[in-house]
Amino acid sequence: MTTRLHIDWTRCDGHGSCVELLPDQLGVDDFGFPVPRSGQRDPVVPRRAEDAARHAVRNCPVMALRMYDAAS
Amino acid sequence: MTTAPSALARRLLDGAGADHEAHVARYGALPGLRLDDLLAAVADSGLTGRGGGGFPAATKVRAVAQGARRPVVVANGIEGEPLSSKDAVLLNRNPHLVLDGLEVLARALHAKRAILAVGPEIEPGPVTDAARRRPVHLVALAGGFVAGQETALVNGLNGRAPLPRDPFTRVTESGVDDRPTLVLNVETLAQIALVARYGATWFRSAGLPDDPGTSLFTISGSVSRPGVIEAERGARLSDALAPARPVRPAAVLVGGYHGAWVPAPDLGARLTRAELAPYSASVGTGILHVLDTETCPLDLSADVMDYLARQSARQCGPCLNGLPRMASDLHRLAVGVRDPDLPNELERMAALVTGRGACAHPDGSARFVASTLRVFRGHVAAHLEGRCPSARSTRARSVAS
Repeated sequence: MTTRLHIDWTRCDGHGSCVELLPDQLGVDDFGFPVPRSGQRDPVVPRRAEDAARHAVRNCPVMALRMYDAAS
Repeated sequence: MTTAPSALARRLLDGAGADHEAHVARYGALPGLRLDDLLAAVADSGLTGRGGGGFPAATKVRAVAQGARRPVVVANGIEGEPLSSKDAVLLNRNPHLVLDGLEVLARALHAKRAILAVGPEIEPGPVTDAARRRPVHLVALAGGFVAGQETALVNGLNGRAPLPRDPFTRVTESGVDDRPTLVLNVETLAQIALVARYGATWFRSAGLPDDPGTSLFTISGSVSRPGVIEAERGARLSDALAPARPVRPAAVLVGGYHGAWVPAPDLGARLTRAELAPYSASVGTGILHVLDTETCPLDLSADVMDYLARQSARQCGPCLNGLPRMASDLHRLAVGVRDPDLPNELERMAALVTGRGACAHPDGSARFVASTLRVFRGHVAAHLEGRCPSARSTRARSVAS
């Protein structure tokens, strides 16, 4: 079981709080929107980053983030 | 007594129009099948979706069959691709076959509703006549390039703006009226109507073992006879194009504006997943657009990219910003701006938008750009040296005037 982060791109306005909370998982593109550093559509959240990811989900001002458990 | 159309005959296009009696005389009565039998036949047939994704049809049917609530079945007749007209031709010539597919599935799944959704490209007369007296709701929706994306169609049918939604919750779980929703392209449904009648073995008598059956193709561009044809799956590109009579082909855009180019020397390639993979192409919706040797491929691609940028639903940041950036850089390349960073910058932007949107629009647009740079590499190099090898190009015109 792995934990993944999903970005709802129809909501994301590029506020950037997730990028600050998850600097190892997310970078920022030319336009200010988050980019998963792994290149994965829904990037894997390593266990050590799970607290920060939960924080990012709660703090996104447009509620564009969610975490979910995936088989792989 | 009716017989199954022979293996190589036109299975879909020789329809009887809106006349139901003539339709039954040609294809025979529609059998009522239990879900298990229908699913087995569709799975054994190897039928894949004909709306672009190419996903096994049986997998999608199974997904809604497992839902807790009675599902909604939707025939997707929103043909938003400007280069495609196969759905319009099919619904014009053979609307009852599409309705048969919808009906046989709706009955087997005990569906709450069966809907035929059509866009403005579909001539309303034949579908309206055919849908009368059949257990189907005909719904006409607004069009647009992304309006046929599954989630956009579901939003439209739910009375919301027909824009793609976040795909986290699949429409097979919650779609029209929050019910499990099965959305299949109209051609896929017509094929299911044939499989239900004649079985998987008959279906497999055309095409290849790992890609069976026939497909509709819309052929356009530099050809003397543009239009819609039916060809066996896995046909060679040159054979599929032959009836349209290509004129001085330089390359063929396979799969439409979200597709990829196959250069003319390689037209012996078969239209299969494996043989198209080296070009990052797939059959998709069956669009084959021929580029001639005199048109500048960069001019054409820049115009296509302009169109794709305008068709963004403007919901997702990477698409809203990245597509216009790619269009503008392609135009700079096309008109002969000698900036050697342009190709790298275009490739970087194509990679950047990929996988970062709610629908397939950024990914498909990026695929088109990457393919243009790869297949016309020599042409790009010539532009960066300040010349265009094509007889008709923005540059040639500007030099001439």
